[in-house]
Amino acid sequence: MIIGERYQLAPKTLEAIFAALARDGVRVLAPRRVDQHVALLPVKSLAEVALDAVQASGSAKAAVFPPVEQLLSFTGSGQDLRLQDPEPTAPPTVVFGIRPCEARAFKSLQLVFDWDSPDTLFDAHLAMTTVVSLGCTQADEACFCTSVGGGPRDTQGSDLLLQPLQGGGFAADVLTAKGQALLGLAGELLPLGPEGMLEPAPEVEPAFDAARLPEALEAAFDSPVWGEESLRCLGCGTCAFVCPTCSCFDIQDEKRDGGGRRLRCWDSCGLHQFTLHASGHNPRETQGQRWRQRVSHKFLYFPERFSAAACVGCGKCARACPADMSLKEFLRALTRGR
Amino acid sequence: MSVRESDLRATAARLLETGSVAVVIGYGAGTLGRRRPVFVRAPAQAGELVFDDECHQNLATYLLKPEIRRLGRPAVVAIPSVLRSLVQLATERQLKDGDVLALVVGDDGVRELADLAAVRQHLAGLPGSLHPAAKTEIARLSAMTAAERRAFWSDELSRCIKCYACRAACPMCYCERCTTECNRPQWIPVASHGLGTLEYHLMRAMHLAGRCVECATCSRACPAGIPVHLLAVFAEESVRRQFGAEAGAAGPAYALSSFRPEDQEGFIR
Repeated sequence: MIIGERYQLAPKTLEAIFAALARDGVRVLAPRRVDQHVALLPVKSLAEVALDAVQASGSAKAAVFPPVEQLLSFTGSGQDLRLQDPEPTAPPTVVFGIRPCEARAFKSLQLVFDWDSPDTLFDAHLAMTTVVSLGCTQADEACFCTSVGGGPRDTQGSDLLLQPLQGGGFAADVLTAKGQALLGLAGELLPLGPEGMLEPAPEVEPAFDAARLPEALEAAFDSPVWGEESLRCLGCGTCAFVCPTCSCFDIQDEKRDGGGRRLRCWDSCGLHQFTLHASGHNPRETQGQRWRQRVSHKFLYFPERFSAAACVGCGKCARACPADMSLKEFLRALTRGR
Repeated sequence: MSVRESDLRATAARLLETGSVAVVIGYGAGTLGRRRPVFVRAPAQAGELVFDDECHQNLATYLLKPEIRRLGRPAVVAIPSVLRSLVQLATERQLKDGDVLALVVGDDGVRELADLAAVRQHLAGLPGSLHPAAKTEIARLSAMTAAERRAFWSDELSRCIKCYACRAACPMCYCERCTTECNRPQWIPVASHGLGTLEYHLMRAMHLAGRCVECATCSRACPAGIPVHLLAVFAEESVRRQFGAEAGAAGPAYALSSFRPEDQEGFIR
């Protein structure tokens, strides 16, 4: 198989790839139904994958930036403290069936984690992860990939892009060497012939002009819109935790007799405690200030530093929000000037 | 627009017009066919209010938030769990009698319950407080062996990312400093590993024993679809069985805040 080519992938062949991955002990994370809910969970076969779901609720960032990760362990105390690096624990992983929007987020995470000094744990996970995205055939009201530079069949961040074919099966675009190796598990595949017709991609109408956002956000810094919009915000961390690009973490030491370990844990700027000082002072005392930080970080501060927005328009935050906070709706109103 | 909705909008507009309340906390149209909380502060804005069977969120949670308190005297669109919350919050000295005007939307119009006596009287006419679906599910879990039940919860809680949406959505989780946030000593591990999530959820359920109003807003808020309300409802039911107290119906004392010197357990003395 050649990078840059498109192949025909029958469901049976894809099942064979899943079987090969299971045989080799590769962790496969994919959207899976649990009762009414679709979460990103380990799967063993294609049959377990919720191919029809618009999005899984949880984020694929967990593959490269786990919710809890050990940074080091220690024994002794005081002058006699001994530090130990963690055992490398990056398991070979395939993230299967995420949407192209979410695949774009790995780049955004890498910009942060490898910004000044490379984050060896993150890099190890990323090196061991193969991303297989599934082109969209439907979109919902929360989707806004096209407002932030993506699209329902975008390839950035994917090693392999699958697109459903009319009449069943997939077109498989080999995008990287990792994607090539994964597809190679099925043996030789035939290139997709002219008879292979793709299922149409959904229309995702642009909701706002992202280029206008930095200016609009600068101008709105002291605006009452932040407090107004966030009256209904409950102040939980859901939006950041399901966000594929949010990368903030908290460092926690867990001490036991004679030693302990240092962990990094997901954190969220929506939580009151995120900026709480030891003195009791909180520079972001109100939920409006926290909402402003969340939006500004994604669309003003991050673009200033990295020339890209820290948002892929997946809409996971809005779907998961218990109070129906919507970045898309807010940014549309903000750029239209209200 | 239903008759119930038009009545509600007219009531809200009148209350704001006369200045008897500064804000009407209710439900409005949200995205994805959902309802979202709205904070109506001008008569002209009353048209944003909707009321139908999709209005589930317990809006009492907002009553104690500083950002909302600053708006002035509230009226709140009150489904039964909101009414129970008002009684329990008053019992816990978080609300004063008359602080909040409860608006009960029914087919016969909007009833305005201005004080706790009116709220209690209305609650007395409603069916028992327990969430019937929760009761069925708790019966199913209770019939399991301890090992099966442990496996059930380990599997469910393995999806917990400790975003604290359950706590943030809960009207009874109003503590400014939660036990979870105490770090000297650190009672509950912060990390969302097995022990950290189990201890958090058990702590929360224990703190809701005798206080949970059984709205299940916590589970609806969970982005991972974990039925966390079952823990709190189970604790609530246990207290009711053992102490005869029910959240949202209690007198001046409630199980978690009171004891009797003649209690058989020695540790209490």
